[in-house]
Amino acid sequence: MNLILTIAWTHVRHRARQTLVAIAGVMTGVGFSIMMAEMMEGSQDDFIKTLVDALPHISVTDELRQPTRQPAEAIYTAAEFHGLTPEVRRPGIKNPMATIASLQTWVPGALTPSVQSKAVLRFAGRNLTTSIIGIDPRTEADVSNLAIHMRQGTLTSLYRSSNAILLGDRLANKIGARVNSNITLASAEGASMSATVVGTFHSGFRATDETTGYVLLKTAQILEKQTGIVNEIRVRTRDPMQARLISERIGEQTGYKSISWQEAQEDLLSAITLRNVLMYTIVGAILLVASFGTYNIISTITHEKTRDIAILKSLGFEDRTIKAIFIIEALLVGFVGAMLGWIFGYLLTRGLASLDFKTPFSDYNHLPVQYSAKHYLLATGVALLSSLVAGYFPARGAARLHLVDIIRGAT
Amino acid sequence: MSTALIEARQVTKILSGIVPVTLVHDINLAIMPREFIAITGPSGSGKSSLLYLLGLLDLPTSGDVLIDGQSTTDMTEQQRARVRLSRLGFVFQFHFLLPEFSITENVALPMRALGRLSPRTITARAEELLESFGLSDHRHKTPDQLSGGQRQRVAVARALANDPPIILADEPTGSLDSVATAQVFRILRDLVTLHGKTVVAVTHDLNLAAQMHRRVHVVDGRLTKDLHPA
Repeated sequence: MNLILTIAWTHVRHRARQTLVAIAGVMTGVGFSIMMAEMMEGSQDDFIKTLVDALPHISVTDELRQPTRQPAEAIYTAAEFHGLTPEVRRPGIKNPMATIASLQTWVPGALTPSVQSKAVLRFAGRNLTTSIIGIDPRTEADVSNLAIHMRQGTLTSLYRSSNAILLGDRLANKIGARVNSNITLASAEGASMSATVVGTFHSGFRATDETTGYVLLKTAQILEKQTGIVNEIRVRTRDPMQARLISERIGEQTGYKSISWQEAQEDLLSAITLRNVLMYTIVGAILLVASFGTYNIISTITHEKTRDIAILKSLGFEDRTIKAIFIIEALLVGFVGAMLGWIFGYLLTRGLASLDFKTPFSDYNHLPVQYSAKHYLLATGVALLSSLVAGYFPARGAARLHLVDIIRGAT
Repeated sequence: MSTALIEARQVTKILSGIVPVTLVHDINLAIMPREFIAITGPSGSGKSSLLYLLGLLDLPTSGDVLIDGQSTTDMTEQQRARVRLSRLGFVFQFHFLLPEFSITENVALPMRALGRLSPRTITARAEELLESFGLSDHRHKTPDQLSGGQRQRVAVARALANDPPIILADEPTGSLDSVATAQVFRILRDLVTLHGKTVVAVTHDLNLAAQMHRRVHVVDGRLTKDLHPA
């Protein structure tokens, strides 16, 4: 074995108890850091996945990117308007099927038309304002997880009767409706119709499950009193992370407002970034605290080994060799601690992930965790760096000792 | 005329402080090959300080120490360490062995640091040195398992590990009983007479000093007597 390594190893081996305490410190730090990172990233990934799955990746609505230009503005270079009533524009996306066909030529993913409507749902004397979404069951499964979220019935159940509706399970429970119940829908446009509940779904998002109903496109168009209207095109991209770029391009091509899921959830994503900063700060702090243990052991060893340092220097060991001995000792503590921390962190994560728990706010019954080599390497890197710093200062002090003073002190 | 192995030229060492203390004052001393020299003097006279300066363990405030005719004043700490490792061997009043290592490992340390020999050769040479000092039965023991005299013999063996031409000893028998003192002294003398080494030993034991080839006497940091053999 290399001489420096031999001396370093002998030093730490002969201070077994102190060394073990320092190793335990690093191990605990690394273990908890790994567990925390895996739990945080697991919950974050799960959250984003749920978010991405629950919403269309891109939503193209019938709002125009720019307000409609007045005819006078087209004629005169400067025009001022007073008491002008804007021209009533027919709502909805113009030529929706042609637009969809055009987008399908280049958008990597699936598209489906839909109609967003609001209606008052009446059943058993209860009135509830509800979001009614008109969908095409044949293409809906390609852009959302509604088919997977169905609790009763299927998407094709919408074809079972005229004016069929799928209700969120919480909404159905709230009003006491069941499959085959007949409810009444009254839209803001004044249309009213009877509808039959043909199924229920559970998306996991309380707001959606409590206030949303799905009907056929045709039914929603009747509620909106606009034959053939489509006021939203929903897109599911193959790579959700590309949604922002694709959304911008769709907006430029169609002139309609196109919003990606990232844009729609910008606040949440900012919060996640902030959470990550906090997480890594805490992880760093844990490892920093662990490094104090390493500093302590190396300081103690250098203090106790003052005479040995003088011996080595008198024999002809160079200052840098002395320094290297104590830095290696710190790194040994850091390395062994980190390796044990891997096992500890993995077991902690496994243990936490296996715990069963129920919360009224979520459908999870296990903590979502994300096993990643990145977490292990990062925690090890920080632990080794902390150990290096913790060992460097006592090592530098040891190398600077004036050997004649020590020899005189010893004699 | 042969070159001095170690030569002190107008060497002065002053300890700085509120009241500066002169440890060694303007000493000139040339030590030739195969000499067995005693540095004597009362306590605090500066004899150990002189030895540390000659052994490059300390830097002179002024003057120069030459090893093999080469000035050491402008050497870097790294170069001085290399000279200590390859040309000088030290024996102190206390054995100064590393307590966690076996005595064989202790003797092997300087050879491993120099890195000229293979691990197998190093172990063989360490064991050979221990055998020559009658310690082969103890080679796996740690220093705390040996008597004072045995430890000091291990320290001499370690000083000889890299086969340096010069051995510097600071009160090598200072903490030993009379039997061990006689043993260690005999070893040091044999190093000169049988192995052609140069031994410079600080001692305040005048009986021992009287048996050495040359005696230099230091008082208040100054060389007052330099008695050469008749």
